[in-house]
Amino acid sequence: MLIPHPLLGPRDAQEFVYLGDAALIDRPDGADIPTMHDYLYLRDNPAGEHRELWYHEQGDRSWLVVTRNTVTHEILKVELARDVARAKGRSK
Amino acid sequence: MRYSGWRIIKEALTGHKGWGPVWRDPAPKSEYDYIIVGGGGHGLATAYYLAKQFRQARIAVLEKSYLGSGNVGRNTTIIRSNYLLPGNEPFYEFSLKLWEGLEQDFNYNAMVSQRGIVNLIHTDAARDAATRRGNAMILNGADAVLLDREGVRAMYPWLNFDDARFPIKGGLLQKRGGTVRHDAVAWGYARGADLAGVDLIQNCEVTGMRIENGRILGVETSRGYIGAKKVGVAVAGSSGRVMAHAGMRLPIESHVLQAFVSEGLKPLIDGVITFGAGHFYVSQSDKGGLVFGGDIDGYNSYAQRGNLPVIEDVAEGGMALMPAIGRARLLRAWGGIMDMSMDGSPIIDKTPIEGLYFNGGWCYGGFKATPASGWCFAHLLATDTPHPTATAYRFDRFLKGAMIDEKGQGAQPNLH
Repeated sequence: MLIPHPLLGPRDAQEFVYLGDAALIDRPDGADIPTMHDYLYLRDNPAGEHRELWYHEQGDRSWLVVTRNTVTHEILKVELARDVARAKGRSK
Repeated sequence: MRYSGWRIIKEALTGHKGWGPVWRDPAPKSEYDYIIVGGGGHGLATAYYLAKQFRQARIAVLEKSYLGSGNVGRNTTIIRSNYLLPGNEPFYEFSLKLWEGLEQDFNYNAMVSQRGIVNLIHTDAARDAATRRGNAMILNGADAVLLDREGVRAMYPWLNFDDARFPIKGGLLQKRGGTVRHDAVAWGYARGADLAGVDLIQNCEVTGMRIENGRILGVETSRGYIGAKKVGVAVAGSSGRVMAHAGMRLPIESHVLQAFVSEGLKPLIDGVITFGAGHFYVSQSDKGGLVFGGDIDGYNSYAQRGNLPVIEDVAEGGMALMPAIGRARLLRAWGGIMDMSMDGSPIIDKTPIEGLYFNGGWCYGGFKATPASGWCFAHLLATDTPHPTATAYRFDRFLKGAMIDEKGQGAQPNLH
Protein backbone atom coordinates (compact mmCIF):
# COMPACT_ATOMS: atom_id res chain seq x y z
CA MET A 1 0.00 0.00 0.00
CA LEU A 2 1.10 3.56 -0.72
CA ILE A 3 -0.05 6.20 1.74
CA PRO A 4 -0.30 9.69 0.21
CA HIS A 5 1.30 11.70 3.01
CA PRO A 6 -0.10 15.27 3.12
CA LEU A 7 3.43 16.74 3.43
CA LEU A 8 5.71 14.16 1.81
CA GLY A 9 3.61 12.69 -1.01
CA PRO A 10 3.14 8.96 -1.60
CA ARG A 11 5.06 6.84 0.94
CA ASP A 12 5.31 3.04 1.28
CA ALA A 13 3.06 1.78 4.10
CA GLN A 14 6.08 -0.17 5.39
CA GLU A 15 7.53 3.11 6.66
CA PHE A 16 4.58 3.44 9.03
CA VAL A 17 3.50 1.84 12.29
CA TYR A 18 -0.20 1.06 12.58
CA LEU A 19 -2.04 1.91 15.79
CA GLY A 20 -5.75 1.42 15.08
CA ASP A 21 -9.09 3.22 15.02
CA ALA A 22 -8.75 7.01 14.89
CA ALA A 23 -11.32 7.23 17.70
CA LEU A 24 -8.30 6.60 19.95
CA ILE A 25 -7.55 10.33 19.56
CA ASP A 26 -10.54 11.09 21.78
CA ARG A 27 -9.20 9.73 25.06
CA PRO A 28 -11.80 10.40 27.78
CA ASP A 29 -9.35 11.59 30.43
CA GLY A 30 -10.84 11.49 33.90
CA ALA A 31 -13.82 9.40 32.82
CA ASP A 32 -15.27 6.57 34.90
CA ILE A 33 -13.98 3.02 34.53
CA PRO A 34 -16.71 1.68 32.18
CA THR A 35 -16.16 4.61 29.80
CA MET A 36 -12.39 4.08 29.92
CA HIS A 37 -12.92 0.34 29.31
CA ASP A 38 -15.00 1.06 26.22
CA TYR A 39 -12.36 3.49 24.94
CA LEU A 40 -9.46 1.11 25.53
CA TYR A 41 -10.93 -2.24 24.56
CA LEU A 42 -13.98 -1.94 22.29
CA ARG A 43 -13.78 -1.24 18.56
CA ASP A 44 -16.29 -0.56 15.78
CA ASN A 45 -14.15 -2.75 13.46
CA PRO A 46 -16.16 -1.91 10.31
CA ALA A 47 -16.02 -3.77 7.00
CA GLY A 48 -15.69 -0.79 4.68
CA GLU A 49 -14.55 2.74 5.44
CA HIS A 50 -12.31 2.93 8.49
CA ARG A 51 -10.53 6.00 9.91
CA GLU A 52 -7.28 4.87 11.46
CA LEU A 53 -4.04 6.14 12.95
CA TRP A 54 -0.71 5.54 11.21
CA TYR A 55 2.62 6.82 12.57
CA HIS A 56 5.35 7.71 10.07
CA GLU A 57 8.14 6.21 12.15
CA GLN A 58 10.68 5.89 9.37
CA GLY A 59 9.84 9.32 7.99
CA ASP A 60 8.86 12.61 9.54
CA ARG A 61 7.41 11.04 12.71
CA SER A 62 4.00 12.55 12.09
CA TRP A 63 0.74 10.87 13.05
CA LEU A 64 -1.76 10.55 10.22
CA VAL A 65 -5.48 9.83 10.13
CA VAL A 66 -5.93 7.57 7.11
CA THR A 67 -9.43 6.81 5.81
CA ARG A 68 -9.16 3.41 4.18
CA ASN A 69 -11.58 0.75 2.93
CA THR A 70 -10.91 -2.44 4.92
CA VAL A 71 -12.49 -4.60 2.22
CA THR A 72 -10.47 -3.30 -0.75
CA HIS A 73 -7.49 -1.65 1.05
CA GLU A 74 -8.19 1.49 -1.02
CA ILE A 75 -6.99 4.67 0.70
CA LEU A 76 -9.61 7.40 0.41
CA LYS A 77 -8.27 10.29 2.45
CA VAL A 78 -5.20 11.18 4.51
CA GLU A 79 -5.02 13.96 7.10
CA LEU A 80 -2.48 15.04 9.68
CA ALA A 81 -3.75 13.78 13.05
CA ARG A 82 -2.70 17.16 14.44
CA ASP A 83 -5.20 18.93 12.18
CA VAL A 84 -7.94 16.44 13.08
CA ALA A 85 -7.38 16.95 16.80
CA ARG A 86 -7.20 20.75 16.46
CA ALA A 87 -10.44 20.80 14.46
CA LYS A 88 -12.01 19.17 17.50
CA GLY A 89 -10.78 21.99 19.68
CA ARG A 90 -7.78 20.24 21.22
CA SER A 91 -4.48 22.07 22.01
CA LYS A 92 -5.52 25.51 20.73
CA MET B 1 -23.62 -44.82 6.81
CA ARG B 2 -20.51 -45.70 8.80
CA TYR B 3 -17.15 -45.62 7.11
CA SER B 4 -14.88 -48.62 7.59
CA GLY B 5 -12.31 -50.73 5.80
CA TRP B 6 -14.98 -53.34 5.02
CA ARG B 7 -17.17 -50.67 3.51
CA ILE B 8 -14.37 -49.55 1.16
CA ILE B 9 -13.73 -53.14 0.04
CA LYS B 10 -17.43 -53.73 -0.53
CA GLU B 11 -17.83 -50.53 -2.53
CA ALA B 12 -14.70 -51.27 -4.53
CA LEU B 13 -16.18 -54.65 -5.55
CA THR B 14 -19.58 -53.18 -6.44
CA GLY B 15 -18.54 -50.21 -8.54
CA HIS B 16 -18.77 -47.59 -5.79
CA LYS B 17 -22.53 -47.33 -6.30
CA GLY B 18 -23.36 -47.21 -2.59
CA TRP B 19 -21.84 -43.86 -1.68
CA GLY B 20 -24.41 -41.13 -1.14
CA PRO B 21 -24.25 -37.47 -0.23
CA VAL B 22 -22.46 -37.06 3.09
CA TRP B 23 -25.04 -34.69 4.53
CA ARG B 24 -28.56 -33.49 3.71
CA ASP B 25 -29.34 -30.08 2.23
CA PRO B 26 -32.46 -29.12 4.20
CA ALA B 27 -34.57 -25.98 3.83
CA PRO B 28 -34.71 -23.87 6.98
CA LYS B 29 -37.62 -24.53 9.34
CA SER B 30 -39.50 -21.64 10.89
CA GLU B 31 -38.05 -22.22 14.35
CA TYR B 32 -35.27 -24.05 16.17
CA ASP B 33 -34.22 -24.54 19.77
CA TYR B 34 -30.64 -23.63 18.89
CA ILE B 35 -29.26 -21.71 15.94
CA ILE B 36 -25.50 -21.72 15.41
CA VAL B 37 -24.42 -18.88 13.12
CA GLY B 38 -21.33 -19.90 11.15
CA GLY B 39 -20.73 -23.20 9.35
CA GLY B 40 -16.98 -23.29 9.88
CA GLY B 41 -14.97 -25.56 12.13
CA HIS B 42 -16.09 -24.01 15.40
CA GLY B 43 -19.78 -23.70 14.44
CA LEU B 44 -19.98 -27.25 13.10
CA ALA B 45 -18.12 -28.65 16.12
CA THR B 46 -20.51 -26.75 18.40
CA ALA B 47 -23.54 -28.23 16.64
CA TYR B 48 -21.98 -31.71 16.70
CA TYR B 49 -21.24 -31.70 20.44
CA LEU B 50 -24.52 -29.95 21.25
CA ALA B 51 -26.49 -32.66 19.47
CA LYS B 52 -24.31 -35.54 20.63
CA GLN B 53 -23.17 -34.73 24.15
CA PHE B 54 -25.69 -32.40 25.61
CA ARG B 55 -29.25 -32.77 24.47
CA GLN B 56 -31.66 -33.82 21.80
CA ALA B 57 -33.01 -30.60 20.38
CA ARG B 58 -33.86 -28.89 17.12
CA ILE B 59 -30.53 -27.44 16.02
CA ALA B 60 -29.57 -25.55 12.86
CA VAL B 61 -26.26 -24.25 11.56
CA LEU B 62 -26.56 -21.18 9.30
CA GLU B 63 -23.72 -20.59 6.86
CA LYS B 64 -23.61 -17.61 4.49
CA SER B 65 -21.58 -19.51 1.89
CA TYR B 66 -20.69 -23.22 1.78
CA LEU B 67 -19.65 -25.28 4.81
CA GLY B 68 -16.01 -24.80 5.74
CA SER B 69 -15.56 -21.84 3.38
CA GLY B 70 -13.81 -19.62 5.91
CA ASN B 71 -10.77 -19.99 8.10
CA VAL B 72 -11.10 -23.74 8.69
CA GLY B 73 -10.04 -24.17 5.07
CA ARG B 74 -7.48 -21.35 5.05
CA ASN B 75 -5.17 -22.13 7.97
CA THR B 76 -1.87 -24.00 8.18
CA THR B 77 -3.42 -27.05 9.92
CA ILE B 78 -1.28 -27.08 13.08
CA ILE B 79 -2.47 -28.51 16.40
CA ARG B 80 -0.59 -28.02 19.67
CA SER B 81 -1.12 -27.16 23.33
CA ASN B 82 2.11 -25.29 24.12
CA TYR B 83 0.60 -22.34 25.97
CA LEU B 84 1.84 -20.79 29.19
CA LEU B 85 -0.98 -19.12 31.11
CA PRO B 86 -3.48 -20.86 33.42
CA GLY B 87 -6.50 -19.46 31.53
CA ASN B 88 -5.27 -20.95 28.27
CA GLU B 89 -3.23 -24.12 28.77
CA PRO B 90 -5.96 -26.37 30.28
CA PHE B 91 -8.28 -25.42 27.42
CA TYR B 92 -5.77 -26.13 24.66
CA GLU B 93 -4.70 -29.39 26.30
CA PHE B 94 -8.38 -30.40 26.46
CA SER B 95 -8.54 -29.59 22.75
CA LEU B 96 -5.47 -31.69 21.95
CA LYS B 97 -6.96 -34.64 23.86
CA LEU B 98 -10.15 -34.29 21.80
CA TRP B 99 -8.06 -34.24 18.59
CA GLU B 100 -6.46 -37.52 19.68
CA GLY B 101 -9.81 -39.30 19.77
CA LEU B 102 -11.59 -37.28 17.12
CA GLU B 103 -11.53 -39.61 14.13
CA GLN B 104 -12.89 -42.55 16.11
CA ASP B 105 -15.47 -40.27 17.69
CA PHE B 106 -16.95 -38.86 14.48
CA ASN B 107 -16.01 -41.79 12.21
CA TYR B 108 -14.22 -39.71 9.62
CA ASN B 109 -10.60 -39.66 8.49
CA ALA B 110 -9.30 -36.22 9.45
CA MET B 111 -5.67 -37.34 9.05
CA VAL B 112 -4.70 -36.31 12.58
CA SER B 113 -0.93 -36.63 12.54
CA GLN B 114 0.96 -36.11 15.81
CA ARG B 115 4.27 -35.44 14.13
CA GLY B 116 5.64 -33.07 16.77
CA ILE B 117 6.19 -29.32 16.90
CA VAL B 118 9.47 -27.57 17.79
CA ASN B 119 9.72 -23.94 18.91
CA LEU B 120 13.31 -22.84 18.29
CA ILE B 121 15.44 -21.16 20.98
CA HIS B 122 18.20 -18.66 20.19
CA THR B 123 19.28 -17.14 23.53
CA ASP B 124 19.69 -18.06 27.19
CA ALA B 125 16.69 -15.90 28.06
CA ALA B 126 14.59 -17.71 25.47
CA ARG B 127 15.72 -21.04 26.93
CA ASP B 128 14.58 -19.91 30.39
CA ALA B 129 11.21 -18.87 28.93
CA ALA B 130 10.90 -22.19 27.08
CA THR B 131 11.74 -24.11 30.26
CA ARG B 132 9.06 -22.23 32.15
CA ARG B 133 6.55 -22.80 29.36
CA GLY B 134 7.41 -26.51 29.19
CA ASN B 135 6.91 -26.83 32.94
CA ALA B 136 3.55 -25.03 32.70
CA MET B 137 2.53 -27.46 29.98
CA ILE B 138 3.57 -30.52 32.00
CA LEU B 139 1.75 -29.19 35.09
CA ASN B 140 -1.42 -29.09 32.99
CA GLY B 141 -1.07 -32.63 31.72
CA ALA B 142 0.55 -31.83 28.38
CA ASP B 143 3.94 -33.07 27.18
CA ALA B 144 7.08 -31.04 26.61
CA VAL B 145 10.73 -31.83 25.96
CA LEU B 146 13.51 -29.27 26.14
CA LEU B 147 15.99 -29.94 23.35
CA ASP B 148 19.57 -28.72 23.27
CA ARG B 149 21.27 -27.69 20.05
CA GLU B 150 22.32 -31.26 19.24
CA GLY B 151 18.79 -32.45 19.93
CA VAL B 152 17.44 -30.08 17.28
CA ARG B 153 20.29 -31.00 14.93
CA ALA B 154 19.38 -34.71 15.21
CA MET B 155 15.87 -33.87 13.96
CA TYR B 156 16.63 -31.23 11.34
CA PRO B 157 20.35 -31.29 10.43
CA TRP B 158 19.85 -28.97 7.46
CA LEU B 159 18.67 -25.95 9.48
CA ASN B 160 20.96 -22.91 9.56
CA PHE B 161 22.36 -23.36 13.10
CA ASP B 162 24.92 -20.56 12.88
CA ASP B 163 22.83 -17.62 11.68
CA ALA B 164 24.60 -14.48 12.93
CA ARG B 165 21.47 -12.93 14.43
CA PHE B 166 19.50 -16.00 15.56
CA PRO B 167 21.81 -19.00 16.03
CA ILE B 168 19.82 -22.10 17.04
CA LYS B 169 20.60 -22.99 20.66
CA GLY B 170 17.83 -25.51 21.25
CA GLY B 171 14.09 -26.01 21.05
CA LEU B 172 10.94 -26.78 22.97
CA LEU B 173 9.39 -29.92 21.52
CA GLN B 174 5.80 -31.03 21.94
CA LYS B 175 5.66 -34.51 20.45
CA ARG B 176 1.85 -34.73 20.64
CA GLY B 177 1.46 -31.61 18.50
CA GLY B 178 1.17 -31.98 14.77
CA THR B 179 -1.10 -31.36 11.82
CA VAL B 180 -4.62 -32.28 10.73
CA ARG B 181 -6.28 -32.27 7.31
CA HIS B 182 -8.20 -29.04 7.93
CA ASP B 183 -11.08 -29.41 5.43
CA ALA B 184 -11.76 -32.92 6.68
CA VAL B 185 -12.33 -31.49 10.16
CA ALA B 186 -15.18 -29.36 8.82
CA TRP B 187 -16.53 -32.24 6.77
CA GLY B 188 -16.29 -34.73 9.64
CA TYR B 189 -18.07 -32.45 12.08
CA ALA B 190 -20.67 -31.55 9.44
CA ARG B 191 -21.40 -35.21 8.71
CA GLY B 192 -21.51 -36.07 12.40
CA ALA B 193 -23.86 -33.18 13.16
CA ASP B 194 -26.09 -34.06 10.21
CA LEU B 195 -26.32 -37.69 11.35
CA ALA B 196 -27.33 -36.43 14.80
CA GLY B 197 -30.22 -34.51 13.23
CA VAL B 198 -28.73 -31.02 12.88
CA ASP B 199 -29.99 -29.00 9.89
CA LEU B 200 -26.96 -27.61 8.03
CA ILE B 201 -28.31 -24.66 6.05
CA GLN B 202 -25.92 -23.22 3.48
CA ASN B 203 -26.13 -19.99 1.45
CA CYS B 204 -28.06 -18.52 4.35
CA GLU B 205 -26.57 -15.26 5.57
CA VAL B 206 -27.71 -13.69 8.81
CA THR B 207 -28.77 -10.13 7.93
CA GLY B 208 -30.32 -9.09 11.20
CA MET B 209 -31.34 -10.18 14.68
CA ARG B 210 -34.80 -9.81 16.16
CA ILE B 211 -34.34 -8.68 19.76
CA GLU B 212 -37.16 -7.61 22.06
CA ASN B 213 -36.92 -6.57 25.71
CA GLY B 214 -33.32 -7.67 25.88
CA ARG B 215 -34.04 -11.16 24.59
CA ILE B 216 -33.27 -12.67 21.19
CA LEU B 217 -36.25 -14.14 19.34
CA GLY B 218 -34.58 -15.19 16.11
CA VAL B 219 -32.50 -14.10 13.16
CA GLU B 220 -33.31 -12.46 9.84
CA THR B 221 -31.54 -14.28 7.04
CA SER B 222 -31.21 -14.18 3.28
CA ARG B 223 -33.61 -17.15 3.33
CA GLY B 224 -36.18 -15.53 5.58
CA TYR B 225 -36.79 -15.12 9.31
CA ILE B 226 -35.91 -18.07 11.55
CA GLY B 227 -36.96 -18.14 15.18
CA ALA B 228 -34.75 -19.57 17.91
CA LYS B 229 -34.70 -19.98 21.67
CA LYS B 230 -30.92 -19.59 21.73
CA VAL B 231 -28.50 -18.25 19.14
CA GLY B 232 -24.76 -18.97 19.23
CA VAL B 233 -22.48 -16.93 16.98
CA ALA B 234 -19.20 -18.59 15.90
CA VAL B 235 -18.05 -16.57 12.89
CA ALA B 236 -14.47 -15.58 13.75
CA GLY B 237 -13.21 -13.14 11.14
CA SER B 238 -16.68 -11.66 10.71
CA SER B 239 -17.55 -11.34 14.40
CA GLY B 240 -17.76 -7.55 14.27
CA ARG B 241 -20.11 -7.62 11.30
CA VAL B 242 -22.50 -10.22 12.76
CA MET B 243 -22.56 -8.90 16.33
CA ALA B 244 -23.27 -5.39 15.00
CA HIS B 245 -26.75 -6.79 14.23
CA ALA B 246 -27.18 -7.04 17.99
CA GLY B 247 -25.75 -3.56 18.51
CA MET B 248 -22.62 -4.92 20.18
CA ARG B 249 -19.09 -3.58 19.89
CA LEU B 250 -16.40 -6.17 20.58
CA PRO B 251 -12.87 -6.15 22.00
CA ILE B 252 -11.76 -7.36 18.57
CA GLU B 253 -10.19 -6.04 15.36
CA SER B 254 -10.24 -8.00 12.10
CA HIS B 255 -6.81 -8.52 10.55
CA VAL B 256 -5.50 -10.46 7.56
CA LEU B 257 -3.01 -13.31 8.01
CA GLN B 258 -1.29 -14.78 4.98
CA ALA B 259 -0.16 -18.35 4.39
CA PHE B 260 1.82 -20.02 1.65
CA VAL B 261 2.49 -23.37 0.07
CA SER B 262 5.39 -24.38 -2.15
CA GLU B 263 5.40 -26.83 -5.02
CA GLY B 264 5.44 -30.49 -4.00
CA LEU B 265 8.84 -31.66 -2.78
CA LYS B 266 10.28 -34.96 -1.59
CA PRO B 267 9.96 -35.59 2.18
CA LEU B 268 12.05 -33.04 4.05
CA ILE B 269 10.23 -31.92 7.22
CA ASP B 270 8.48 -34.63 9.23
CA GLY B 271 7.16 -32.27 11.91
CA VAL B 272 6.40 -28.61 12.46
CA ILE B 273 9.15 -26.02 13.03
CA THR B 274 8.42 -22.56 14.41
CA PHE B 275 10.97 -19.76 14.19
CA GLY B 276 9.18 -17.12 16.23
CA ALA B 277 12.09 -14.71 16.30
CA GLY B 278 12.15 -14.72 12.51
CA HIS B 279 8.37 -14.59 11.98
CA PHE B 280 8.32 -17.93 10.19
CA TYR B 281 6.93 -21.43 10.73
CA VAL B 282 6.81 -24.39 8.39
CA SER B 283 5.56 -27.94 7.97
CA GLN B 284 5.24 -30.24 4.98
CA SER B 285 1.92 -31.52 3.72
CA ASP B 286 1.36 -35.16 2.77
CA LYS B 287 1.36 -34.04 -0.87
CA GLY B 288 4.87 -32.63 -0.37
CA GLY B 289 4.20 -28.91 -0.37
CA LEU B 290 5.93 -26.83 2.27
CA VAL B 291 3.15 -25.08 4.20
CA PHE B 292 4.42 -21.93 5.86
CA GLY B 293 3.51 -18.53 7.17
CA GLY B 294 4.50 -15.66 9.43
CA ASP B 295 2.95 -12.61 11.03
CA ILE B 296 -0.31 -10.83 10.31
CA ASP B 297 -0.14 -7.85 7.95
CA GLY B 298 -0.93 -5.61 10.90
CA TYR B 299 -3.78 -3.33 9.78
CA ASN B 300 -7.57 -3.80 9.93
CA SER B 301 -8.72 -5.83 6.94
CA TYR B 302 -11.62 -7.92 5.71
CA ALA B 303 -10.01 -8.55 2.33
CA GLN B 304 -8.85 -12.23 2.62
CA ARG B 305 -5.68 -11.21 0.83
CA GLY B 306 -2.57 -9.47 2.09
CA ASN B 307 0.20 -7.33 0.70
CA LEU B 308 3.66 -8.09 -0.69
CA PRO B 309 5.84 -6.72 2.16
CA VAL B 310 4.68 -9.51 4.48
CA ILE B 311 5.36 -12.11 1.77
CA GLU B 312 8.89 -10.72 1.56
CA ASP B 313 9.23 -10.79 5.36
CA VAL B 314 8.12 -14.42 5.54
CA ALA B 315 10.44 -15.39 2.68
CA GLU B 316 13.35 -13.72 4.46
CA GLY B 317 12.54 -15.62 7.65
CA GLY B 318 12.47 -18.85 5.66
CA MET B 319 15.80 -18.12 4.01
CA ALA B 320 17.41 -17.28 7.37
CA LEU B 321 16.23 -20.54 8.93
CA MET B 322 16.51 -22.99 6.04
CA PRO B 323 18.44 -21.62 3.06
CA ALA B 324 17.39 -24.70 1.05
CA ILE B 325 13.90 -23.18 0.78
CA GLY B 326 15.33 -20.68 -1.70
CA ARG B 327 15.27 -23.40 -4.36
CA ALA B 328 11.57 -24.10 -3.90
CA ARG B 329 8.98 -22.24 -5.93
CA LEU B 330 5.91 -20.72 -4.31
CA LEU B 331 2.74 -22.38 -5.51
CA ARG B 332 0.04 -20.42 -3.73
CA ALA B 333 -0.40 -17.57 -1.27
CA TRP B 334 -3.66 -16.66 0.39
CA GLY B 335 -5.10 -14.71 3.29
CA GLY B 336 -7.68 -15.28 5.98
CA ILE B 337 -9.38 -12.84 8.32
CA MET B 338 -8.54 -13.16 12.01
CA ASP B 339 -10.50 -11.93 14.99
CA MET B 340 -7.57 -10.26 16.76
CA SER B 341 -8.64 -9.72 20.36
CA MET B 342 -7.32 -7.17 22.81
CA ASP B 343 -5.23 -9.65 24.80
CA GLY B 344 -4.59 -12.33 22.18
CA SER B 345 -7.01 -14.81 23.79
CA PRO B 346 -10.50 -15.88 22.73
CA ILE B 347 -14.00 -15.28 24.10
CA ILE B 348 -16.65 -17.95 24.74
CA ASP B 349 -19.35 -16.21 26.69
CA LYS B 350 -22.93 -15.07 27.08
CA THR B 351 -23.77 -11.59 25.86
CA PRO B 352 -25.88 -8.94 27.62
CA ILE B 353 -28.73 -10.08 25.33
CA GLU B 354 -30.55 -13.05 26.80
CA GLY B 355 -30.33 -16.10 24.56
CA LEU B 356 -27.45 -14.72 22.47
CA TYR B 357 -24.03 -16.33 22.92
CA PHE B 358 -20.67 -15.48 21.39
CA ASN B 359 -17.61 -17.49 20.39
CA GLY B 360 -14.74 -15.61 18.73
CA GLY B 361 -11.54 -13.65 19.13
CA TRP B 362 -9.38 -16.64 18.20
CA CYS B 363 -6.59 -14.53 16.73
CA TYR B 364 -4.49 -16.81 14.48
CA GLY B 365 -4.90 -19.83 16.80
CA GLY B 366 -8.45 -20.94 16.11
CA PHE B 367 -7.83 -24.14 14.18
CA LYS B 368 -6.12 -26.09 16.98
CA ALA B 369 -8.92 -25.00 19.31
CA THR B 370 -11.73 -26.32 17.10
CA PRO B 371 -12.79 -29.41 19.12
CA ALA B 372 -12.58 -27.77 22.55
CA SER B 373 -14.15 -24.56 21.25
CA GLY B 374 -17.11 -26.55 19.94
CA TRP B 375 -17.37 -28.59 23.12
CA CYS B 376 -17.13 -25.59 25.46
CA PHE B 377 -19.53 -23.46 23.40
CA ALA B 378 -22.02 -26.34 23.31
CA HIS B 379 -21.60 -26.68 27.08
CA LEU B 380 -22.33 -22.97 27.54
CA LEU B 381 -25.34 -23.05 25.20
CA ALA B 382 -26.81 -26.15 26.84
CA THR B 383 -26.14 -25.42 30.50
CA ASP B 384 -25.70 -21.62 30.67
CA THR B 385 -22.48 -22.23 32.58
CA PRO B 386 -18.95 -22.14 31.18
CA HIS B 387 -17.04 -25.38 30.73
CA PRO B 388 -14.36 -25.75 33.46
CA THR B 389 -11.55 -25.24 30.92
CA ALA B 390 -13.10 -22.09 29.45
CA THR B 391 -14.06 -20.07 32.54
CA ALA B 392 -11.51 -17.34 31.78
CA TYR B 393 -12.79 -16.60 28.26
CA ARG B 394 -15.23 -13.90 29.35
CA PHE B 395 -16.13 -10.51 27.90
CA ASP B 396 -15.69 -8.80 31.26
CA ARG B 397 -12.08 -9.87 31.77
CA PHE B 398 -10.97 -6.53 30.27
CA LEU B 399 -13.13 -4.57 32.70
CA LYS B 400 -11.89 -6.64 35.63
CA GLY B 401 -8.23 -6.60 34.64
CA ALA B 402 -8.15 -10.39 34.19
CA MET B 403 -6.61 -10.39 30.73
CA ILE B 404 -4.96 -13.55 29.36
CA ASP B 405 -2.09 -11.88 27.55
CA GLU B 406 0.44 -14.58 26.52
CA LYS B 407 2.72 -12.04 24.86
CA GLY B 408 2.23 -9.18 27.31
CA GLN B 409 1.48 -6.66 24.56
CA GLY B 410 -1.53 -4.91 26.07
CA ALA B 411 -4.59 -3.70 24.17
CA GLN B 412 -2.86 -3.62 20.78
CA PRO B 413 -4.41 -6.41 18.68
CA ASN B 414 -1.91 -6.30 15.81
CA LEU B 415 0.94 -7.15 18.18
CA HIS B 416 -0.53 -10.36 19.62
